Amino acid sequence: MKFNPQDLLKLRNVRRVAQVFFFSLFLFLVFITDLRYLKGYPASLYLELDPLVAFATAITTHTVYMGLLWSVALILPTLLFGRIFCNWICPYGILHHFTGWLLGKSRAEERERIEANRYKKLYSLKYVILIAMIAAAIGGTLQIGWLDPICLFHRSMSTVILPMLNLFFPSSVYVRQYFHVGAWIIGFMLLFLVGMNVLIPRFFCRVLCPLGAFLGTLSSVALWRIDRDPNKCVDCDLCLKSCEGAADPHTQLRKSECFVCFNCVEDCPEDAISFKFLPQLKREVTTPAVPARRAFLGTLIGLGFYAFGRTSGASDRNYDKKVIRPPGSVEEKDFLDRCIKCDQCIRTCPTNVLQPALMESGIEGVWTPILNMKIGFCEVNCTLCGEVCPTGAIQRITIEEKTGTGPFQDEGPIKLGTAFYDYGRCLPWAMETPCVVCEEVCPVSPKAIYSREVTIIKRDGNPITLRRPYVDPALCIGCGICEHECPVTDEAAIRVTAVGETRSKDRRLLMDGGVTSSVRDLEKRQR
Amino acid sequence: MSAANHKDLAPKNGDAVSRREFLVRMGLTTALVAGTGLAARKLWQPRHYVPGFQKETGQQLKNYSLEASKVYPSLAIAHGTEHEKTIRAAMTALGGMDRFIQKGDVVMIKPNVAFDRPPALAATTHPDALRAVAKLCREAGAARVIIADNPINSPTGCFFKSGLTAVAAEMNLDLMYPEASSFAPLQLAGEILKNWTFFNAPFKTATKVIGLAPCKDHNLCHASMTTKNWYGLLGGRRNQFHQHIHSIVSDFTMMMKPTLVILDGMNVLMSNGPTGGRLSDVKPMNTIVAGTDMVAVDSYGYSHLLERDIAELTYLHKAHARGLGNIHWEDTLHKEVTA
Repeated sequence: MKFNPQDLLKLRNVRRVAQVFFFSLFLFLVFITDLRYLKGYPASLYLELDPLVAFATAITTHTVYMGLLWSVALILPTLLFGRIFCNWICPYGILHHFTGWLLGKSRAEERERIEANRYKKLYSLKYVILIAMIAAAIGGTLQIGWLDPICLFHRSMSTVILPMLNLFFPSSVYVRQYFHVGAWIIGFMLLFLVGMNVLIPRFFCRVLCPLGAFLGTLSSVALWRIDRDPNKCVDCDLCLKSCEGAADPHTQLRKSECFVCFNCVEDCPEDAISFKFLPQLKREVTTPAVPARRAFLGTLIGLGFYAFGRTSGASDRNYDKKVIRPPGSVEEKDFLDRCIKCDQCIRTCPTNVLQPALMESGIEGVWTPILNMKIGFCEVNCTLCGEVCPTGAIQRITIEEKTGTGPFQDEGPIKLGTAFYDYGRCLPWAMETPCVVCEEVCPVSPKAIYSREVTIIKRDGNPITLRRPYVDPALCIGCGICEHECPVTDEAAIRVTAVGETRSKDRRLLMDGGVTSSVRDLEKRQR
Repeated sequence: MSAANHKDLAPKNGDAVSRREFLVRMGLTTALVAGTGLAARKLWQPRHYVPGFQKETGQQLKNYSLEASKVYPSLAIAHGTEHEKTIRAAMTALGGMDRFIQKGDVVMIKPNVAFDRPPALAATTHPDALRAVAKLCREAGAARVIIADNPINSPTGCFFKSGLTAVAAEMNLDLMYPEASSFAPLQLAGEILKNWTFFNAPFKTATKVIGLAPCKDHNLCHASMTTKNWYGLLGGRRNQFHQHIHSIVSDFTMMMKPTLVILDGMNVLMSNGPTGGRLSDVKPMNTIVAGTDMVAVDSYGYSHLLERDIAELTYLHKAHARGLGNIHWEDTLHKEVTA
């Protein structure tokens, strides 16, 4: 092929520039979601632009939280031009476009490529998935995060890609290696979805993507679309050669499938295809092809998911002691209304304490954030998780609100849970050995962990003076640094459980929520 | 490429193996047989061993201290209200920073950044103190100034919120985080500390070491001052230290022979240490203590800044008894000045 400078201005190349830009911007935002670099960057911009996030949380919470208003900026162009997001902006779509080219049929014969890009009935599955997710949301549980591409990609970045980078290049991403419980599941899911491009190009985008389905539905009313001039067309099907969306540009365009990648426009040897304003309706398939009974089945699955999940009891009476939510989290059922499993909080957490849940909070709470004190602890002077949470599952609280200082003295600090001793494992209690690391690191003042000096006769007959630790439940904020620093490292001698958390009236421990007059008295005495 | 058909594969008269092919194929197989044997011989571990009982060795830290001077005091106490002026006054009393730092020196300043706290809570080295000491080092001709610590809380958070990241950027200091590759085994004939992993990255280049510690209450060992500050040079399972805390802290005086230590007693954490947490835990004492003997410096700090009875500070007595410092600061050559 001869190089022609005019080729640089082809629509394809313009699109490639946009793809590189938006993909790089995504990577940049993922990278700076760290205490050291965060500054004022909108770390969750892509999630806030995601109209499915805004739409689904609007169903569950009847509000559009803070930055989610940005989603309007994406809905408007979709209503005009169709699913341009999918092939120009979506970082996950760009990933699949690229890996499809790298691993897929890009070097196959022309005929094979054309066949790979014909529309299949399977591609309507994404609409059923979307319907199921919306039905679940109407029921009262937000589950779009399983497959919403932005949530999925952010989650994969936080729990798999960045830790992997740091594993191969130590201290490139984190000062100390980060760990994520069940990362292998998320990792294999990513590999599977990327690998499927070998069999079906853009497998995720065409078959599974609920955001694509949402935007596809919106683009039914788009004013511009790809249009084929039947008078010029010679039915060579070459327009299918690089058709990303499998939108059938060679016949009636499936408007809701088209990614507006413009490949067909340039692949057409007869100049029969163009991007046109208000083309004739008879030359398009306007709406998504979803049989009504499939839609009904999707509704049943969604409502069932909600009902089966809720009646399993994990968000109610049978809540798990390990479901310790980040500071500023809303009450558990509201949390399940808001959390999109994007795991941005997990990305930004400076101590690695935040972990993607597996079954701790039930099927509804898979990959939602919980604290694992074995891996980290909640830093008192930190509210980063709430800063980056796009949906308000973790509210954007201030340090003063978190610690109950300044104007929030009367409310007291936010408690995540309560620490309990397991005296059978505690060195000064059970093993005649000095310790109290827990008291040393307890960050509140006055310390929630205090110790009493005792002199005991050791097994060998000699006396030893020890300090034995206790927890004051009124002062404990459940940050878990005591558990994290305990020298009994496999199962600490002091462990935080969820009971006593401020966010839930049902899960409190002390009748007055821990802001007791006795605390005030203690503070006065110490002064 | 299509598969060879059966006719091509059928035996023929002229099918004899050429000499070249014979040699190549024999050579390849022989080489693999020999390679397997050699690799097996090389990798074979003929004996068992007991996991966890391997002999450990490590390196020792260099001695960074100066020879004792008969002219200059070894301890200076300066009173004042501003960090820089007071630290300058203390250093002048000791004979000036150029007594300790020469042109071209690489100075490692060890602050205490153990916790993720703002400076006002006095749980960490104050940024003004670091700025002043770094400035003095630069004035004395230091080529590079390194700051490093292995905090208890998240390293980036601790440096950031203590205000030291900003000072490092402003003064162009080398901030070293405790990365996995920053550690190496240390060998010591301490009372308890024998072999432990330590933060050796800064010491690969440092020619002088200055300890810059806040003066703090400590729940277990009573006080954290310039001696306890070296805790931040160690890695590994430090939460076991508390089982022998006084022995371990006294071992630090053996482990680290710094050029100079500075105790920041401008604002002292009097209670709820070592973390603090409320402004009411902090008391202004407006004093900087600098010296070459950390035991003497801490002895002054404990009795005059934390205002407690030195008799109870077991680790300093242990260090004194082992000849690693002088707990009777008033018997050393000292000078008290006001900035």
